Amino acid sequence: MSAIEGLDTAQHHEAEHEHHHEAQNFWQKYIFCEDHKVIAKQYLITGIMWAVIGISMSVIFRIQLGLPDSNLSWLKPILGGWISDSGKLDPNFYLALVTMHGTIMVFFVLTAGLSGTFSNFLIPLQIGARDMASGFMNMLSYWFFFLASVIMFASLFLQNGPAAGGWVIYPPLSALPQAHPGSGMGMTLWLASMALFIVSQLLGGINYITTVINLRTRGMSFDKLPLTIWSFLITAVLGLISFPVLFSSVLLLIFDRHFGTSFYLSDIYINGEALPNVGGSPILFQHLFWFLGHPEVYIVLLPGLGITSEVIATNSRKPIFGYRAMIASMLGIAFLAFIVWAHHMFVTGMNPFLGSVFMFLTLIIAVPSAVKGFNYITTLWKGNIVFTPGMLFSIGLVSLFVSGGLTGIILGNSALDIQLHDTYFVVAHFHLVMGAASAFGLFAGVYHWFPKMFGRMMNTTLGQIHFWFTFVGIYLVFIPMHYVGIAGFPRRYYQFTSYDFTHKFMDMNMFISIAAILSFLAQFIFLWNFFYSIFKGKKAPQNPWRSNTLEWTAPINPGHGNWVGEIPAVYRWSYDYSKPGAKEDFIPQNIPYSQTLESNFPHENELIATEKVIESQNFNDQFNTAH
Amino acid sequence: MENVQQYKLNIEEPKATLAMDPSKFILWLFLVSIIMLFASQSSAYLVRRAEGNWLEFEMPRIFWYSTAVLVISSAAMQWAYFAAKKDLFNQLKIAISITFVLGLAFLWMQFEGWKQLVDMNVYFVGNPSGSFFYVFTGLHGFHIISGLIVLLYSWAAAFKLRVHAKNLRRIQICVTYWHFLDILWLYLFVFLLTFN
Repeated sequence: MSAIEGLDTAQHHEAEHEHHHEAQNFWQKYIFCEDHKVIAKQYLITGIMWAVIGISMSVIFRIQLGLPDSNLSWLKPILGGWISDSGKLDPNFYLALVTMHGTIMVFFVLTAGLSGTFSNFLIPLQIGARDMASGFMNMLSYWFFFLASVIMFASLFLQNGPAAGGWVIYPPLSALPQAHPGSGMGMTLWLASMALFIVSQLLGGINYITTVINLRTRGMSFDKLPLTIWSFLITAVLGLISFPVLFSSVLLLIFDRHFGTSFYLSDIYINGEALPNVGGSPILFQHLFWFLGHPEVYIVLLPGLGITSEVIATNSRKPIFGYRAMIASMLGIAFLAFIVWAHHMFVTGMNPFLGSVFMFLTLIIAVPSAVKGFNYITTLWKGNIVFTPGMLFSIGLVSLFVSGGLTGIILGNSALDIQLHDTYFVVAHFHLVMGAASAFGLFAGVYHWFPKMFGRMMNTTLGQIHFWFTFVGIYLVFIPMHYVGIAGFPRRYYQFTSYDFTHKFMDMNMFISIAAILSFLAQFIFLWNFFYSIFKGKKAPQNPWRSNTLEWTAPINPGHGNWVGEIPAVYRWSYDYSKPGAKEDFIPQNIPYSQTLESNFPHENELIATEKVIESQNFNDQFNTAH
Repeated sequence: MENVQQYKLNIEEPKATLAMDPSKFILWLFLVSIIMLFASQSSAYLVRRAEGNWLEFEMPRIFWYSTAVLVISSAAMQWAYFAAKKDLFNQLKIAISITFVLGLAFLWMQFEGWKQLVDMNVYFVGNPSGSFFYVFTGLHGFHIISGLIVLLYSWAAAFKLRVHAKNLRRIQICVTYWHFLDILWLYLFVFLLTFN
């Protein structure tokens, strides 16, 4: 009996194998697809939709802040009851907008949309693998994200509004339904959505790490990996270590909310009546939250930095300056990310000595960050720069990273932070260094890899116009915001019309809002360019940016499995641009040294002998042919 | 050929890219995330405990017995693995069944332990020291359930004779996970005893 069953399975396996070569139906091809490229596009499109929602929210509350007398009745068709009859925005909904803007942009756009898109798309293509280690887990990862998205989106339509306690959901505000209309069902859905989101990120991250470590092609040693892959690997490790901690804090919060435990709650009186909760500590939540929260900003930023390394080297036609220093600084940033979380908590009554320890560790991050900034600029130095839209956004990222990072040094100092905590100075700082910089990384990545994703080119002129409006717009929004913050404007306030000290800054606030609206409108240039080019863009050539990495050796529209026939082997690093003596100004990674005798350095000539060894190694090939 | 030999003396040979079995590697990364979950709970426990107002209670005896049961089930799991390696199918079936039954027994004993805690007036809702105890045991119990599901797959495969010396991957993953859950419980047990 068992023998027959054994036979059955054998046949079943064969059937499964055959199945790969059959044409896939619509559901397998576009919906529950296990191909990393399709999953990447799913992440990208979902991320773009979330970005539109998230940024629209910021425009609504910027109108409220900068133009407090304006009549918002025209928003009634969308916001309904949240706009009063006199055309004013509901103050509770203002808080919900701020909260959801933060949640959506940090988690759904810049974590899932950025890391999900480019880790999925580039890891197999750049390391020479047919697909992710587990296509099934990868597919699950997207669909958990999708489910989280649906729940978060549904929470926007609740009678009492979505969560409104800030994206950091500090208890007791988030733990007590009496605290705010949004702390009821809105908060419940927020927690449910984020729990699913964490599952999605863990499934994705585990896959990215496994793929990078186990499925590299022949010759692709760690010192030949493109910096993009290094950044995705480090990002995934950060997520793997920090997301379970967020899960922990969310779990205890759920127990406090729904089961009446007292992890975070103690001695609370509402309308003179004491709540039964005794013995909890809201500071405990902050520790747990920021243990994720701080690495999270690097989860958001590192992929952008990796993409920038690649795009800047390609379009400067120069090797990246300090390849190893780039890796070391990313590792340094990743390590430090875990031991600086309490710099978000200088005002919690922390022991000043402990505060100075965290301050010291925080300021050390400036060192690897400066190394990265220096290396980008020296890569650009005297390069034959090609100003593609991707390149412009990469340079823009470096600019934002430097100017936003400078204020980080100010805020990392506990003596200054206590003064500036929860003001618009902080808002300006993290929007520049983390928000806008990462968004520029996302744009750079989309413009640069669009031809590989869709086999068509985006319009360059429109891309350049989009860049300049966005770049100038971002600075016009956030540079004045520093002044508003120094003047003492606190975050998350509904309006500033009733205080004397805020009056003379009303013009500046209006200026910020108008700049924000203009930069928002500029994004429609991108949206049009993106969606139009998917269908009608110019057909892409094989290697439009004359780049060295492996993805450009795959067919223009790669099928599942990426390469037809054998996966290419790798002989050199990915930054052989403008090598003296070479015929072209780039030598792709899969060209052996034996074919480039004219440009080899002496030690590279010696490496020719190793090529046979590389070729005799196994492929780590998951399936032999593309299909 | 001579050239290659000579070169080998001078230059490092290119290493083959590491290729561990991806599914085992995925398991190890999964374990890392579980470790981080419990590490964060432990640190939350210690931070909260240091603040005082902490209910101290004695851990019911039954948790000692359940610990012993889980250790024995882990040993049985190892026995099952050795049996599978040597193609001793009868031993494999017995050992893996023992593991599974002991796993269920462990869960039941943890639940009994909860009941005894309630009898001692230590509730999930109340002083955080009690709440944490339930959260630790509950989270671990949840992972034991997931371990039992993994075990069930191996159990079914073992009875269909699909686990043998040439097809060990499934049982290896199962063994690693089960031992991990065992060690995790030992850690939690000692932790809760030390910092009660």
